[in-house]
Amino acid sequence: MSTTLTPAAAAPADPALRARVHGAMTRRRRLALALPVLLLAYLAYVFVAFDVAGIASRARPENAATLLNDFWSHKTHVTRDNRSDTLQVAIEGENKGTYPDGQTPAWVHTGPTSDGPTADGTTAGGETVIDLPDGSRITYGRDISALIERPDFGTIRVARVGRDITLELPPGAALPDWISASARRVNVTGPGWRFSMTNARTETFRYAPGWELFFFTLESPFAGRSLPDLVALALWEPRLDPARPNLAGMADDFWNNRMWRHGDVVWALGETVLMAFLGTMGAGLIALPLAFLAASNFAPARLIRLALRRMFDFFRGVDGLIWTVILSRAFGPGPMTGALAILMTDTGTFGKTFSEALENIDTRQVEGVGATGANALQRARFGVMPQVAPVILSQLLYYLESNTRSATVIGALVGGGIGLLLTQAINTQKDWEEVCYYIVLIVGMVMAMDSLSGWLRRRFIKG
Amino acid sequence: MVDAPASLHAPADYAALMRRKRLYSGVIVVIFVALMASGFRLADARNAGGFIDGIGHVFDFPAEILSEALRDWRNLPGFLLEFLPSLIETLNIAAVSTLFGTLAAGVMALFSTRGLALWPRLVPVVRRAMDVMRAIPEIVVALVLIYLLGTGPVPAMIAITLHSTGALGKLFSEAAENADLKPAEGLASTGASWLQRMWFGIVPQVAPNWSSYALLRFEINIRASAILGFVGSGGIGYDLKTALQWGQGKYDEVVAIFVLLFLTISIVDALSDRARARLVRGGQPA
Repeated sequence: MSTTLTPAAAAPADPALRARVHGAMTRRRRLALALPVLLLAYLAYVFVAFDVAGIASRARPENAATLLNDFWSHKTHVTRDNRSDTLQVAIEGENKGTYPDGQTPAWVHTGPTSDGPTADGTTAGGETVIDLPDGSRITYGRDISALIERPDFGTIRVARVGRDITLELPPGAALPDWISASARRVNVTGPGWRFSMTNARTETFRYAPGWELFFFTLESPFAGRSLPDLVALALWEPRLDPARPNLAGMADDFWNNRMWRHGDVVWALGETVLMAFLGTMGAGLIALPLAFLAASNFAPARLIRLALRRMFDFFRGVDGLIWTVILSRAFGPGPMTGALAILMTDTGTFGKTFSEALENIDTRQVEGVGATGANALQRARFGVMPQVAPVILSQLLYYLESNTRSATVIGALVGGGIGLLLTQAINTQKDWEEVCYYIVLIVGMVMAMDSLSGWLRRRFIKG
Repeated sequence: MVDAPASLHAPADYAALMRRKRLYSGVIVVIFVALMASGFRLADARNAGGFIDGIGHVFDFPAEILSEALRDWRNLPGFLLEFLPSLIETLNIAAVSTLFGTLAAGVMALFSTRGLALWPRLVPVVRRAMDVMRAIPEIVVALVLIYLLGTGPVPAMIAITLHSTGALGKLFSEAAENADLKPAEGLASTGASWLQRMWFGIVPQVAPNWSSYALLRFEINIRASAILGFVGSGGIGYDLKTALQWGQGKYDEVVAIFVLLFLTISIVDALSDRARARLVRGGQPA
């Protein structure tokens, strides 16, 4: 704060003024110094109180790796059960993504089997060859063993001998850091794949970019087809399933996709928006008449006004969290509970802001309407409403947008809407691609509501 | 909806205009009522318990917990003290995230305001970034971070900070757009750097408005931090969840937590209301 003063101003005539200015400057400087110090002290306290140092020990970086990988890629498990000697190929190892009877992706070759596919849909016996993206190849032998051929390294043999897992490296090779081996388990990691053998199972994971089976699951006849292929099927090719047209079949299989549940997700998004809409608008409808009774220039009695004011404060003070807890006991999980929780909190907020808007109106317009012999209701409709409508509308629209976000959170608490799906997916701790999908949808939904409310505001409230 | 009639030559024109306006309003009202009614029915149908059944039982749970709390009213003061540390944790989460959010939002706002931005080309990028930060609900970030960092206050803090940055950034940038550029230009003529121009030319002008928004945000963040506690990141929300899961026998704790939350929110609300009124009206001369 260095101010260069002109010589004339440098010597003020009044020494008292000079002292006062100096005093003020010193105080300011002290304040400017004290504030950052106080802030730092507070942050230091929080650093200790939140145990930020302990985060490092509790953090699980391997979780971060899983999560980041899962967000954009998926893996296919090729699993041989070492006890029953059956082979299963499943996307993400999930039941819903298991390849049916003897079918495998193109990069898994099942050799001539001794006794063919077994009754439970898995393939038994035989040799299985798995081609991996980096040119490596893994062969599950007929006995419980596997050959891993890495072009840059050589052939590794892993086998179960008795109850132990043994590892044979190519002659002369040292154990590289991408293999971890113990008597119970051997892990081999390569670019885009992972192999492990334990007593119970031999398993290979092959990673691929993209979200698996996003459009159709494996049981759909449309699974795994290319876009031109699908367009041709939809438009002119004969029906794959004689019972239904191809286009209807595609829509149906997509909507009822068991892995991604697109239909349920759309319903959940709708529920979330519905909660926000019902809650906000319901609160507005309830708060408007109450706001008239609570505004000093309309209140019929001081007592009513004060009582309503306190009531608004109470409704706002009882947080959405508390309303949610109380209401879900009465109404059970679902969108109605969420809508009512939003309604409760916002009735308080709207009551307060609306009555403030009503207190700030211009009385001349009301008097003018009154001069024509209008009654109280008509005065309110033609004298007051035109003045407060823009404020009310913009409040409602602003809260509609912000409540869409709240409805996601409340949905997670009361069990409704996209918030519920999201928490469920996060709690499984493995469906991160679904979490990513929901996050993208939520962000899209909130942004869409933002634009909609902005558009409506501009449309109805022209400057 | 307050249209001023632009140029009306004849009363017939005016009557036609009014009729059309009334028709439009009527259509909007009908659409609105239809949306509300069908929305209500849909929500009612998809809810586990119906509205009509539930409305009679709204007071069952409050009555149950209150009667238990009344029976054991002697425990209440003890519980109020017992949960005070959790309440302080919740408040700390809100305070720190408001603080960091305000700082980050201030920087982002200056970077995203036309005429002030250091790199004008980045303005749309920063704006988009703030839009995304605003759009992600806190719970999403908090739950993912709980998976990565373990339970505790830090995930909630980061989640709320991110959201606050986005929400405040937009408001801050709107306030900064209205700032007078002359002080900054004057500073520029003395050879002041961008940082100096902002700090001495713009920030003093927007400070009252910015602090008022930040105070409002603090209120909102207290609520958010309580809710995030409920999904597992510490603070009073977590205690509430534990007490609720226990059920009967711990309802006096539930009541104590409700009372603490209610008092805190009401007090902070009233204080920040007063402070904001001073900041915006009575504070520094414009």
